[in-house]
Amino acid sequence: MAEEAGMFMVHQTVGSVLCCKCGIPMAPNAANMCVKCLCSEVDITEGLQKHVIIIHCPECDTYLQPPRTWIKAQLESKELLTFCVKRLKNLNTVRLVHAEFIWTEPHSKRIKVKLRVQKEVLNGAILEQSYTVEYVVQEQMCESCSRVQANPDQWVAAVQLRQHVSHRRTFFFLEQLILKHDAAVRAIRIKQMDQGIDFFFGNRSHAVKFVEFVGKVAPIKSRHDKQLVSHDSKSNNYNYKYTFSVEICPICREDLICLPSKVAVSLGNLGPLVICTKISNNIALLDPFTLRHCFLDADQYWRSSFKSLLSSRQLVEYIVLDVETISSEVNVCGSKYVLADAQVARVSDFGKNDRVFSVRTHLGHLLNPGDYALGYDLYRANSNDIELDKYKGLVIPDVILMKKSYEEKRQKKRGKPRAWKLKSLNMEVDDTTRGRVDEEKMNSEYEQFLRDLEENPDMRFNMSFYRNKEYQPSEMASVTDGEDLPSVPLEELLADLDLSDEEDGEDSMRNEVKFVVV
Amino acid sequence: MATRIQFENSCDIGVFSKLTNAYCLVAIGGSENFYSTFEAELADAIPVVKTSIGGTRIIGRLCIGNKNGLLLPHTTTDQELQHLRNSLPDQVVVQRIEERLSALGNCIACNDYVALTHTDLDKETEEMIADVLGVEVFRQTIAGNTLVGSFCAFSNKGGLVHPHTSIEDLDELSTLLQVPLVAGTVNRGSEVIAAGLTVNDWTAFCGSDTTATELSVIESVFKLREAQPTAIVDEMRKSLIDSYV
Repeated sequence: MAEEAGMFMVHQTVGSVLCCKCGIPMAPNAANMCVKCLCSEVDITEGLQKHVIIIHCPECDTYLQPPRTWIKAQLESKELLTFCVKRLKNLNTVRLVHAEFIWTEPHSKRIKVKLRVQKEVLNGAILEQSYTVEYVVQEQMCESCSRVQANPDQWVAAVQLRQHVSHRRTFFFLEQLILKHDAAVRAIRIKQMDQGIDFFFGNRSHAVKFVEFVGKVAPIKSRHDKQLVSHDSKSNNYNYKYTFSVEICPICREDLICLPSKVAVSLGNLGPLVICTKISNNIALLDPFTLRHCFLDADQYWRSSFKSLLSSRQLVEYIVLDVETISSEVNVCGSKYVLADAQVARVSDFGKNDRVFSVRTHLGHLLNPGDYALGYDLYRANSNDIELDKYKGLVIPDVILMKKSYEEKRQKKRGKPRAWKLKSLNMEVDDTTRGRVDEEKMNSEYEQFLRDLEENPDMRFNMSFYRNKEYQPSEMASVTDGEDLPSVPLEELLADLDLSDEEDGEDSMRNEVKFVVV
Repeated sequence: MATRIQFENSCDIGVFSKLTNAYCLVAIGGSENFYSTFEAELADAIPVVKTSIGGTRIIGRLCIGNKNGLLLPHTTTDQELQHLRNSLPDQVVVQRIEERLSALGNCIACNDYVALTHTDLDKETEEMIADVLGVEVFRQTIAGNTLVGSFCAFSNKGGLVHPHTSIEDLDELSTLLQVPLVAGTVNRGSEVIAAGLTVNDWTAFCGSDTTATELSVIESVFKLREAQPTAIVDEMRKSLIDSYV
């Protein structure tokens, strides 16, 4: 400060004093002792741990962070170093400056870490010292591994997820949601069943959590039961096995529904013929003739559970001959619809007769003359729905169009792999009771599901797509005529996080569903 | 010779004692050991007086003196003043001064000819120091510390100063004092020199933590090896006996 003010300052030369212990000349410091003497006087690593035992699970390659967390770390990794340093007690009494591994044989079960620490000693002198900590790695299987090792079937809670419909579309969709949210990571075993999936958990709370998750993504009805396995009345311990029976509502997207009169009235005389446009934890219904819509939540649905009149397997292909829009664009919960009058003819009738249906449809924005569309053929349908019969004098339209069909364009792409793929749950399949027909049916349903994903961006909302490594974009793709096939845009794909490692193991178990990826 | 002692397990013996060429003051302690060490070393040369100052035992930090006089802070009671006047030799002037900085021992360091003082000391005090102690007064700092009395100790033969004192400061101080100075420590690296060391022209006492290295520095700079209170008499006696025989 004085120098800044331009004052004259005498230059200060640091003198030397004798070290108070050994008497060698040295620059004065806070302890007035040379470094060697200081080190011999005080050991700052005193009281710090030099030997630590850490517990390692050889099955899943994790390390135990007491009391019960298991941390996944590889040898010489940053995570392992953090873990090792954290395991040292009393390290807060010194300042850690540096830590590094000293290489040891992996099978020696020893990890050596060299630490450099600083500490203030003897009125303000800071001493730095390095020392080595030896970790002895003890092998002990973690709780989950040992349980699996002892008996892989040792479940405490089972969730039986069922939907009583003829197809598995819902489960394909649910599988993706579960993967995306890691909802079933705690599951010990997942088993594919007829009309559903069974999930087995090691803990009741995991099962409850899973049921809650499913309740958030689908309208469900669930009940739970428990069975006494063993008990110890003296210490008041009871061992139960819990079963959660979860039923997903049988209404699916694109189903045609005839609402029971009670429901129709409570929804403001909706319908009664409505289509289901979306299923989440509630059901979105749309009247295709008026574009009126409403939502039913799970409670409302299960109060008067109705079934669908026709489901997407019964869709019939039509060719659109003429379209005449009669309303402007209407936005119904995120998706746009335009009411239109259309002239359609069955594709199967082509060349046989001149039967033309004139229908009102909500797909005016999609359809153009010459397009193909899928619809429910009520003219030919032989429905024996009680609810439908109760409506006296209800005029039933001949056709209800559901969606545009891209079958024509798909023909060209048949056999080529997609640019993307989906992960799949590690499910067990009971092979004994299932025939070849079942397998083929499931494959075609899966293909249908993948097409649905391509056509409906809002379905893709909660899913993870992965880049398919086998896919090579062909040069022909750019030459395709006119309107392109709907597909998943490239920016939605996730770079694959080493999926292939898992795949090797999975493939053997799940050939049925994985056909599309490879 | 330098002697290592302790005052009730404390090595800061400079706090509890004041040694000059004409007298030695020691604190009234619980044990007689401290006093008797001084007594054994000094009794046949100078009076060793037990006293308190202002009711406290930290007499070494509160008073300042040399062979000519003794200055006491304003906290000193009349009885203590009277006791000291009675106990000290007649040629030593004992004087109580009204100085705001009452720890005179911390603020002033002196030998029989020169005194270094705290820079903020009163003008009157400065004059009093010059009159009573018969010294030249310099306002100084040692290694940036204004408490010159704490961070240096010097006799008429030599002096020990704070270890961080730069070479330029050492030169300046030794020019002022006209004695050789050295930077050093006492009590195993302590830089509070005057707290660990009390010294006169022929003997020194230091805290029991003082290492051999420090002791040898002290002995060499204060020239204690050849020094004896009766050195001159011995010389004379030697010649007398020589002639006698």
